[in-house]
Amino acid sequence: MPPAPATATATATAGSDARPTSPRRVQLFVTCLVDRFYPGVGDAVVSVLERLGVEVIVPSDQTCCGQPAFNGGFTGEAAAMARHTIDVLTARPDPVVVPSGSCADMIVNHYPGLFRGDDPYAARARDLAARTYEFSQFLVDVLGVTPAPCPGGPRLAYHASCHGLRGLGLHDQPRRVLQAVAGDRACALPDAEVCCGFGGLFAVKMPGISGAMLDAKLDAIATSGAEAVVATDVSCLMHIGGGLHRRGSAVRVLHIAEAVAGARRA
Amino acid sequence: MPSAAAAFHRRIDDALADTRVRAALASTMTRLTNGRAGALASLEASDAIRDQARRIRAHTIAHLDTYLDQFARNADARGCRIHWAPTATDATRIIVEIARAEDISLAVKSKSMVTEEIELNAALGAAGIRVVETDLGEFVVQVGDDRPSHIIAPIVHRRREDVARLFQEKLGARPEEVADVAAITAFARRLLRRDFLQAGMGISGVNLAVADSGSFCLVTNEGNGRLSTTLPRVHVAVMGLERIVPNAADLGIVLQLLARSATGQALSVYTNIISGPRRPANPGAPGAHGAPGAPGAGEPDGPDQLHVVIVDNGRTRMLDGPLAEMLYCIRCGACLNICPVYRHIGGHAYGGVYPGPMGAVVSPGLMGLDQWSELPHASSLCGACKDVCPVRIDLPHLLLTLRAQAADRELGPWWLRLAMPIYAAVATRPALYQWLGSLAARVSQGLARGGWIRHLPGPLAAWTAARDFPAPARRSFLQTYEQRRGRTGNAS
Repeated sequence: MPPAPATATATATAGSDARPTSPRRVQLFVTCLVDRFYPGVGDAVVSVLERLGVEVIVPSDQTCCGQPAFNGGFTGEAAAMARHTIDVLTARPDPVVVPSGSCADMIVNHYPGLFRGDDPYAARARDLAARTYEFSQFLVDVLGVTPAPCPGGPRLAYHASCHGLRGLGLHDQPRRVLQAVAGDRACALPDAEVCCGFGGLFAVKMPGISGAMLDAKLDAIATSGAEAVVATDVSCLMHIGGGLHRRGSAVRVLHIAEAVAGARRA
Repeated sequence: MPSAAAAFHRRIDDALADTRVRAALASTMTRLTNGRAGALASLEASDAIRDQARRIRAHTIAHLDTYLDQFARNADARGCRIHWAPTATDATRIIVEIARAEDISLAVKSKSMVTEEIELNAALGAAGIRVVETDLGEFVVQVGDDRPSHIIAPIVHRRREDVARLFQEKLGARPEEVADVAAITAFARRLLRRDFLQAGMGISGVNLAVADSGSFCLVTNEGNGRLSTTLPRVHVAVMGLERIVPNAADLGIVLQLLARSATGQALSVYTNIISGPRRPANPGAPGAHGAPGAPGAGEPDGPDQLHVVIVDNGRTRMLDGPLAEMLYCIRCGACLNICPVYRHIGGHAYGGVYPGPMGAVVSPGLMGLDQWSELPHASSLCGACKDVCPVRIDLPHLLLTLRAQAADRELGPWWLRLAMPIYAAVATRPALYQWLGSLAARVSQGLARGGWIRHLPGPLAAWTAARDFPAPARRSFLQTYEQRRGRTGNAS
């Protein structure tokens, strides 16, 4: 079979593979970084889900999950932003898909702890936490689908973003998705589970340490032979991509949804 | 910026500039983490054992007063003398008093982080008592007037050549006496042997006390702990008051994890259970004057006196607050070994006695946030420390707790304290949020060349010091979503 151009490849296997009980409608919490820096990632998520027969609703009042405030120790501000996000996402009962392990981890693991037990938001936070999924987690664990191979695309290396990996336990899901997409074009990334040094404001508050961690990650990427680095989070990719660009590297960064949708953001 | 924070950032810069040490550190940490992973994998049901160890530690810390009382009673019945030290100053005063009362001029010391914490060597030195560190790493630290940079491997920042040079300069070693690690060790051992035989006092830490027996456990890899606690006539064991388990079975559970997590060993080379001072001959018993080992003959070795100094020094304050979980720590060092931050900056940069993720909680926990508010920020919150902690301490959560305390007290950078409330106010007003986002995007578009920004202004310049910043999209995903749907034709 001649290799199809990457951009034209239809990807995820048809909705017939989906589990009978799988949701037909989801809400997309696109995250502030995708919204403002990588809108194409939002398109990729919508495109993949719709091709799987899942209707995607994008609540228009969504903003930021509040993790920067939470990680900075500003819990009052984080709680205010959590309240807003809970209001936006619990207006409907549909599951929430997030193209970020870190923001999903914030909602799943940290929102409930922001409110005292007698605060009405505590129960709503738990409700939202129970139906919030990172993108690859939703594909594999909820829809039960594996994407179709995407022949002719770039050689891909997978960087395991920390909060998805350790907060949500996303070990196999993104790897299975990528293995399916990339097949033998998947490259092993040494120390794939070591933090890239982003850490939100950490990169600005501790720039020296963050830069040293980034250098180690970039060195690992260089030895992997990959043409693109894939992750579940654009935050890590913004950091890694910024480092690659500063080094003048030809290696690109791709969000996992873009890899599934056919590497359309060249 | 408060001076403590400025000093911390200076130490970080110095550490990052030392590429030689960083390379050595990275390889040692990799060896230790791989060793740990292998040792845990070879332990059947290691996850269940970790759960059990966590339950033991949680239970003990929740009933700490009961178990400490029980330990003190039982240790006393075994002939130990128990001393309670509310502060570091109390602890060093107590130990100096013991030394003076016994006319001690030389003490040998086994490796102990709590004695570093209370700065015991300085206090004894000021009282005219010479202290000799007998753990090889700590000996090197002492000879070099240095500080340990790791709680298990104190001279991980030193290479063999550094130690060889140090011994030649400070101790007059000949080149052949420091030719390799074996020679260096033999050289140190010759010097130390003399001190072991002359010292009137031996000082050790306590890895874990056992409440129901009044015994305590000391693990070492070099045998110096055994010599320090048996040869001198007075043994002083210094114990952080959280280092206790209810019984020997619990000790066994925790010991299965301690060496595995620390160095990848199934068990340390020496695991000592110390139960009171030497028991003298019982004059009334038959065989009292017989050969050593005969019934009633008394024990042939061990100290005449065994003092246990139980140190609080901020621990009960932690116990009463949101950092209590940190008291579960068994000081294995696994969180240091795995931590990517520790791997790059090493232990000295943290400034305190306890480095790495555990140190970033323990130092402000014991000594307060005033001087230590930046430490909890020296983490990307990657969570690797929580993953490897044998008793599953949620270190990222504790770091976040400390960050929240620091923010409440308005410690930390002014620009963050200014920016965060504004950011939250904007992010809870969607229309304003999008409008300001677009404004910021237009401004930053002006800074961008080819979609990338090479120099960001203000505090964000720290980002572009090491990496480029992508220019934001002029119109956000949400602003254009309806049009996008029309264009991609994917609407279902």
